[in-house]
Amino acid sequence: MNQSILLEIIYLIGSVTFILGLKMMGKPDTARKGNTYAAVGMTLAILGTIFIHEKEVKPIVYILLFGAIAIGGIIGWMVAKKVKMTAMPQLVSLFNGMGGACAALISIMEFSVHIGDMKSIMMVMAGLIIGSISFSGSMVAFMKLNGNLNSNPRIPFYNVINAIILLITLGTGAYVVFGSVSDFMWPCIVLALALFYGIMFVLPIGGADMPVVISLLNSFTGLAAASGGFLYHNKVMLTGGILVGSAGTILTIAMCKGMNRTLFSVVFGAFGQGSAAAAGAGTSATGGSIKDISVADAAVLMNYSKKVVIVPGYGLAVAQAQHVMHELEVLLEERGVEVKYAIHPVAGRMPGHMNVLMAESNVDYSKLCEMEDINPEFETTDVVFIVGANDVVNPAAKNNPASPIYGMPILEVDRAKSIIVNKRSMAAGYAGIDNELFYNPKTSMLFGDAKKVVTDLVAELKTM
Amino acid sequence: MHIQMIYILILMIFVGVEVINSVPSVLHTPLMSGANAIHGVVIIGAIMVLLNADPDNIVSLVLGFIAVILGTLNVVGGFVVTDRMLEMFKKKPAKK
Repeated sequence: MNQSILLEIIYLIGSVTFILGLKMMGKPDTARKGNTYAAVGMTLAILGTIFIHEKEVKPIVYILLFGAIAIGGIIGWMVAKKVKMTAMPQLVSLFNGMGGACAALISIMEFSVHIGDMKSIMMVMAGLIIGSISFSGSMVAFMKLNGNLNSNPRIPFYNVINAIILLITLGTGAYVVFGSVSDFMWPCIVLALALFYGIMFVLPIGGADMPVVISLLNSFTGLAAASGGFLYHNKVMLTGGILVGSAGTILTIAMCKGMNRTLFSVVFGAFGQGSAAAAGAGTSATGGSIKDISVADAAVLMNYSKKVVIVPGYGLAVAQAQHVMHELEVLLEERGVEVKYAIHPVAGRMPGHMNVLMAESNVDYSKLCEMEDINPEFETTDVVFIVGANDVVNPAAKNNPASPIYGMPILEVDRAKSIIVNKRSMAAGYAGIDNELFYNPKTSMLFGDAKKVVTDLVAELKTM
Repeated sequence: MHIQMIYILILMIFVGVEVINSVPSVLHTPLMSGANAIHGVVIIGAIMVLLNADPDNIVSLVLGFIAVILGTLNVVGGFVVTDRMLEMFKKKPAKK
């Protein structure tokens, strides 16, 4: 009796640390501490579950348990420590998938224990379906972000087909719950259907929308964990799961707002082919010619301006040029040039991703300006230096209703006096659409690998 | 018992919404990653399944073993990655 009260208290502490941790993660100053709090709470809850236990447990089970924790812990730790900052989004997706798979496995194992108990079987099915969708969906998202899977195949009527698959999945799940099924084959069918639906759900969604999808699947896994909480009457699982479920949903909506899209259009809309064709049509009309600039000229231009705004994009991060960029910034500042970074909310592959990447290279936090703050400043900016960014500065978002990114808030760089764009080639951005900014008379193109170009710029500036 | 759980569920939905509201977009990625680590709490279910598993039933032992590995990956990986992201936001000595 006393023991179970102790366990309840530990779980309560766990729940409180989760709430507190998430709350603190919402502010830059306290964020890291918040994460640590939640981690400590989680550790307590795990240790409590392992050691406060009334039933006699055979040593072999403990060996397996600690073995599993050691294996998972070491692999998780190593992967998380080693991964490059640019690969962060897919890693989050991968870990999310692991959580979903864990929930699905638990449900499969609990099925036979609860046969005949309708309420419990309902929770088992909920955990199974949501967990499996989250797992297979996350794996597809992981492969897409990792570049293993580039196509967004679109079968005709895929929305209808997906809806049918989902209905069949839910229908089979409902049959298992209400039909008092005892054959183990049925939950396996539900598992297979849900896994298949997860794949079909994410497969047609374009790469640019992947962060939103990951965030959505993240809240799914939360719900899967919560249904486990219901099953075991375990309050820490319930609170943690629901917390992530609701917080994740809000986060997903916030991300959609950053791109000026609705969740509905991300999940069911056509970001891929239909609109790409429309954008293609827009391009040929734009035409125009592009203008090259040499590294030396670009260096002169920046050296003699009062204010330079750098727009970093994912391309900068891929080229690992953020450190040289910081060097360039320091050099220019020494010469009395005001340097700022304009960070679009969805620059990089996830909202806030670019801030993480720039912070990694020791750029002063106060120099990273959010879109709303920097947009009015472009009027007084002499040179905008765009490195590896594309869609977030595409004026089509403002003035081409046919464009798939129409309506997305952008960095209004075309208000600056001159624009230098560094790109590897004229290839389209992540959204797969052309950018008329490059044809703007104020724009000069500085082709080349971001790291090499910025390094050359630094060298050139040093000679001046 | 169930009604108590439903109470908690509804209240937690509000807490979740309240906690996340008005977070600067800078922190969206770490926050998502942090939330990702927290739903790793599902590992507790995995641990309970394994502890309650029949020691003679190889299949359930193996499945429970795998479930605990997956859950641990989610928890440990999630928190470590989040910490790495947030480490970069630490205040630098004031320059002003």
